[in-house]
Amino acid sequence: MNSTLRWATLGVVAAVLTGSAAAELIPTPSFSNHAVPTTRVPVADDVIWPLVDVAILALALGLATYLALVKRSRRGLVALAVASVLWFGFWRQGCVCPIGATQNVALAACDSSYVLPVSVLAFFLLPLVVTLFFGRTFCAAVCPLGAVQELAAVRPLQVPRWLDHALGLIPYLYLGVAVMFAATGTGFIVCRYDPFVAFFRLGGNTPMIVFGGCLLLLGIFVGRPYCRYLCPYGAILRVLAKFSKWRVHITPSECINCRLCEHVCPYGAIEPTTVEQPAAERAQGRRRLQVMLALAPVLILTFGGLGTLLATPLSQWHATVRLAEQVRAEELGVNAPPSDAAEAFRTSGQPASELYQSALGLRDRFFWLGGALGAWTGLVVSAKLIHLSVRRRRAGFQADRAGCVSCGRCYWYCPVEQVRLGWIAQPADAVAAQVNAETPKEMSA
Amino acid sequence: MSPPNSPVNSSKPPDRRQFLTDGARWLSVAALGAAGGALAVQHSASAEMRWQIDPNQCIACTNCATQCVLDESAVKAVQCFDLCGYCEICTGYFDPQYQKLDTAAENQLCPTGAVVRIFVEEKAGQKFFEYTIDELQCIGCGKCVKGCALMNGSLYLQVFHDRCVNCNECAIAVACPTQAFVRVSADRPYRMKRLAKQLIEQKAGKSSEARSLLEQVDPS
Ligand code: SF4
Ligand code: SF4
Ligand code: SF4
Repeated sequence: MNSTLRWATLGVVAAVLTGSAAAELIPTPSFSNHAVPTTRVPVADDVIWPLVDVAILALALGLATYLALVKRSRRGLVALAVASVLWFGFWRQGCVCPIGATQNVALAACDSSYVLPVSVLAFFLLPLVVTLFFGRTFCAAVCPLGAVQELAAVRPLQVPRWLDHALGLIPYLYLGVAVMFAATGTGFIVCRYDPFVAFFRLGGNTPMIVFGGCLLLLGIFVGRPYCRYLCPYGAILRVLAKFSKWRVHITPSECINCRLCEHVCPYGAIEPTTVEQPAAERAQGRRRLQVMLALAPVLILTFGGLGTLLATPLSQWHATVRLAEQVRAEELGVNAPPSDAAEAFRTSGQPASELYQSALGLRDRFFWLGGALGAWTGLVVSAKLIHLSVRRRRAGFQADRAGCVSCGRCYWYCPVEQVRLGWIAQPADAVAAQVNAETPKEMSA
Repeated sequence: MSPPNSPVNSSKPPDRRQFLTDGARWLSVAALGAAGGALAVQHSASAEMRWQIDPNQCIACTNCATQCVLDESAVKAVQCFDLCGYCEICTGYFDPQYQKLDTAAENQLCPTGAVVRIFVEEKAGQKFFEYTIDELQCIGCGKCVKGCALMNGSLYLQVFHDRCVNCNECAIAVACPTQAFVRVSADRPYRMKRLAKQLIEQKAGKSSEARSLLEQVDPS
């Protein structure tokens, strides 16, 4: 006999026996000398932690900024990175971090029933504000994800420029998708696909552990792969860092164009001194910029239109839409291995039409959101193209504000800085010692 | 603060550019401040949020045992004694294929033997047993919960907040087929079945334990 049936029969028999047919409940007996205990649940005792976390985040941001910009101590930054990995990573186990908090903020902005804890809001805002004034010092040594990759980057190679630019678009798109999914209550994909949280917790789901492990291994050779080619919060930081008031300066005085910093930056963030262009080339550059500017609205509209085609696949990430599809499929009897979810929905007694209605509503929303996501993609791509076509003038090597994570390697290796620190007598000593054969002729001025 | 700055290195940007950068910075600060302020006033609470299972939605699908990021799930079964019938033949305790009504492992539904069965009293020829969950053994698979649902449904699953690490997105919530996971305030991070809650509320006048339980339960 089917086991459920067997129990059901038993249940009915028992119910009849005890005479509680009405509520179909067996009454709790009253005993002569035994008190019925009350359920007990364990208390959540860490209500104070979030405030401690915010205080520590503020402190760490201050310290990182001081070490990167004032003290100019690479050693100090490495020590702070270790501390951040230990505290925010292993001890606090990586939740909530500013990267994930982006989604909580997006959800709170779009869903009035979601309550945003003040500490999460503070986690989101603090690094942004600091970045607006001092550049990405949060990334230098405070972010546990950044810090663990910073420590992993021991044999960095240079990523070809074109590849770096292309992959560098991904974080912006990831940000767009993450905000869209968070705002619609679909889910927090940045947390779901956080590569290092499983590592910090020393456990978790296997695919993510493998992914995190691979990223760390890759990070030995390609500096900070997550930061540069995935991190959605990093995308916001990159933009804000462009307006920063202060930032990492490589050399304490005159740049001698030795290119040591460019060699040593694992993140390809150092831009060389520019040379004067002939007039013909300048005119050509100007024409290219004009083309790119004209192209921007075309790209935005085209991608926007294409984005609306994604309505169906995007909406399928939402549990309600998936459930509606499953229930419908089972109703029609097509290719439907029965699922728990549909079964539970049927027993809940809610009419299927209501479910379909809300699923269709969601799909409509995703039509517009898909369009917005497409337009955002177009905007990101054209901003990149325009950026690449604008010519800037630089005297001396400089860290690009957006790409620089204030790791402090460049000034550590700068011969002028080493002279200032009294490590060597004159810049030429360091240059000769470190790149003798590599220094190209036109640069050895 | 004055970071080392060199006239040569900062490439003397034209004043217009400097002005735009400053403007953009202050605009961003203002925008962040306004957005942050609005969010703080409208939606925020000083308390953290926690994940909890709404037992009225849960179908005890066993995902809770396997999907949690912790090796040993933060979800465990809870007994609401005030709803329990103290049955001799407990459908949450015995495997439907049981050989004998005793505590031998093969007769039990629970894979880890976490449901403890203790004889309480015999009244009018009927034997009554108390069933308690041994927290340390429970893996949150919900087999007992599913069994019990055939009778009174006094057993239910909850996220235990002395164990849960409070992931920003709960991995079980993603896998839950009935969207039974909800965010609740950390002040009152538990939920109860409707019926169980009514019973505890009735008891609250007499029992301080019942009152302190209700203080832990999400009001909605
Ligand atoms: S880019 Fe992202 S992951 Fe990397 S350090 Fe910055 S915030 Fe952290
Ligand atoms: S995943 Fe959902 S339905 Fe399954 S046991 Fe957990 S709460 Fe219940
Ligand atoms: S929030 Fe994380 S630790 Fe808590 S129950 Fe969900 S997956 Fe497990």
